[in-house]
Amino acid sequence: MSARVLVGVKRVIDYAVKIRVKPDRTGVVTDGVKHSMNPFCEIAVEEAVKLKEKKLVKEVVAVSCGPQQVQETIRTALAMGADRGIHVEVSGKDYETLGPLQVSKILAALAKKEQADLIILGKQAIDDDCNQTGQMTAALLDWPQGTFASELTFEADKLKVVREIDGGLETIMIKLPAVVTADLRLNTPRYATLPNIMKAKKKKIANVKPADLGVDVSSRLEVLKVDEPPQRQAGVKVETVEDLVGKLKEAGRI
Amino acid sequence: MTLFMQALRFSSSRLPFICRRSRTYSTEAGAIERVISAFRSVSGDEGVSVGSAVREQHGRDESAHRCRPPDVVVFPRSVEEVSALAKICHHHQLPIIPFGTGTGLEGGVGALQGGVCFSLRKMDQVLDLHQEDFDVTVEPGVTHRGLNSYLRDTGLWFPVDPGADASLCGMAATSASGTNAVRYGTMRGNVLNLEVVLADGTVLHTAGKGRRPRKTSAGYNLTSLFVGSEGTLGIITKATLRLFGIPESMVSAVCSFPSVQSAVDSTVQILQAGVPIARIEFLDDVMINACNHFNKLSYAVTPTLFLEFHGSSKNMEEQVSITEEITRDNGGSEFAWAEDEETRGRLWKARHDAGYAALALRPGCKAYSTDVCVPISRLPQIIVETKEDLIRNNITGPIAGHVGDGNFHCLIVLDPNDPDEVARVHSFTERLVRRALAMDGTCTGEHGIGLGKRALLREEVGPLAISVMQGIKATLDPKNLMNPGKVL
Repeated sequence: MSARVLVGVKRVIDYAVKIRVKPDRTGVVTDGVKHSMNPFCEIAVEEAVKLKEKKLVKEVVAVSCGPQQVQETIRTALAMGADRGIHVEVSGKDYETLGPLQVSKILAALAKKEQADLIILGKQAIDDDCNQTGQMTAALLDWPQGTFASELTFEADKLKVVREIDGGLETIMIKLPAVVTADLRLNTPRYATLPNIMKAKKKKIANVKPADLGVDVSSRLEVLKVDEPPQRQAGVKVETVEDLVGKLKEAGRI
Repeated sequence: MTLFMQALRFSSSRLPFICRRSRTYSTEAGAIERVISAFRSVSGDEGVSVGSAVREQHGRDESAHRCRPPDVVVFPRSVEEVSALAKICHHHQLPIIPFGTGTGLEGGVGALQGGVCFSLRKMDQVLDLHQEDFDVTVEPGVTHRGLNSYLRDTGLWFPVDPGADASLCGMAATSASGTNAVRYGTMRGNVLNLEVVLADGTVLHTAGKGRRPRKTSAGYNLTSLFVGSEGTLGIITKATLRLFGIPESMVSAVCSFPSVQSAVDSTVQILQAGVPIARIEFLDDVMINACNHFNKLSYAVTPTLFLEFHGSSKNMEEQVSITEEITRDNGGSEFAWAEDEETRGRLWKARHDAGYAALALRPGCKAYSTDVCVPISRLPQIIVETKEDLIRNNITGPIAGHVGDGNFHCLIVLDPNDPDEVARVHSFTERLVRRALAMDGTCTGEHGIGLGKRALLREEVGPLAISVMQGIKATLDPKNLMNPGKVL
């Protein structure tokens, strides 16, 4: 198969970090905080690399949008087995307001430019939980989409996607080219080993600006404020059922 | 008034050459409140707790020893706070008990004489990772799985893996080991430096502050002294650890044997052949039977080895075929192996669930694990004699072992409310330890001495070594405040 797969990888705050809201309530603290590849993007990369190992696709290209630091995330994808990377440079205010709509425009433009046959993304990012980029990208390209994929199989020129939905599992057949978003049970991502990290240093990462792709990254959304969830109140112990009923009445619960 | 009464009681120490301190406390009402308010001024209101649920949680670990809650639990956020709190305890003669994750197996955190538990979980940062030097420094709140998750993008890992997700500094304190010690060693070989707070609040860097050479010949090995000291010499607040490269390729294998002897002979020969074996786990027939029932598997009910190889993908197949030949020569059969993660998981499922499978043999009962370790050549004899002892005394004790180190565990399942069974198990474990000691072994390969094995430690190392240990203890902790009643 001569297919080319585009995999989007996002640099997010590491899942193990305790998130703190900035004192000015405009966002969360990111300075000096550990960042890593979004876990669902890891699953997406793993699936793409598995397809290449099975010789179902020819080339895996890892893409990330952001400032200089996202190159680390692209390098991790390369260490996992991606062939080359594309760094779409977005920094400063543009990066702070970068969201699914702009990213999907970028991915759609890249898919056309690179003549990709398949785009695999994580189903959502763990910082904004938007779960929109895959769907928007498919719509912009007018491609079919297989979202929340827990199983992916090639059948001739079609893709069989088993999707995780509320009621259970749904199996669909979609034609290529297509967009797939990875859910948790699609696979278990491999660790980047030292020899592969060394090899990844030699793989190429191309630099591109959104303007080169004809994409305007200005945002139509404005974040008004960011707050922590309300502090949990202490419970109250009561001695008798009468006390309990009294307290419930006081609180207007009954 | 309990805090001070207990402080008075233990100040008459059992160790003969520690001078007896008889200190008269004023029993004015404000005394306890002053100590607690001194703690609060160091660690804040949220950093000090006298709540009974919190104290009970910090008075027990995962052993069968009963809960011995401390009088207060403090939650320091930095080594400066640990030092300040220790100074207060030292001034008031209060016992200090360090607490990591509470996953120990020998009752090491029980506050036998009350006192202050130092819960270190708020100090949870990974500091100073040096990728090219293969070292990292961690605080006590970091567990081994947490560290490996942090390191996952770097190609590095910390391989010591006890069953529980334990605190790395706690693992240093108990000299912990894991299933891959045969290849990567235990904590003893993988701790480069420690930051320790002594009973009087002094902060000590055992190898010098910030130092992390891969090897050194400089002076007495203080780092090694604290590894395995189980909180009796000081509070470990930082550990500098040796990291390893994540193996490029992993292969798992399973093989059945007609006898314990043939399984152990294979183990020795595999090690001698220079195969990069990372894990060799032994399960006896009783354990395999339990696993078959628990997981609805169909392993042959006979001694079985579970093996794992780490290396580069190029020579994996060669290693597997060398190993298969060795096992065949020793009468092994049903050799199965796999490289992909899913099949490897299925092959090893029995080993992973062994603990639960043992418990499932007698629902409602408690589990107790023995931990002797002998030279590998003596393993067949000790396992055979131990199995005969188990059968003779009607004790449920399936065996799982890190056979590459000569270490095995009887996962004894017993009814704690049956005094006859409890007594039988107790004398069984004493016989087992004496059997191991008679074979040049140790009473504890990886779990530590804690509360229950102090007499056995004396038998194992002898009274002279014990008095040297007591001398060291007296030098570092003359008031015997650090985790009293443990190890010695």
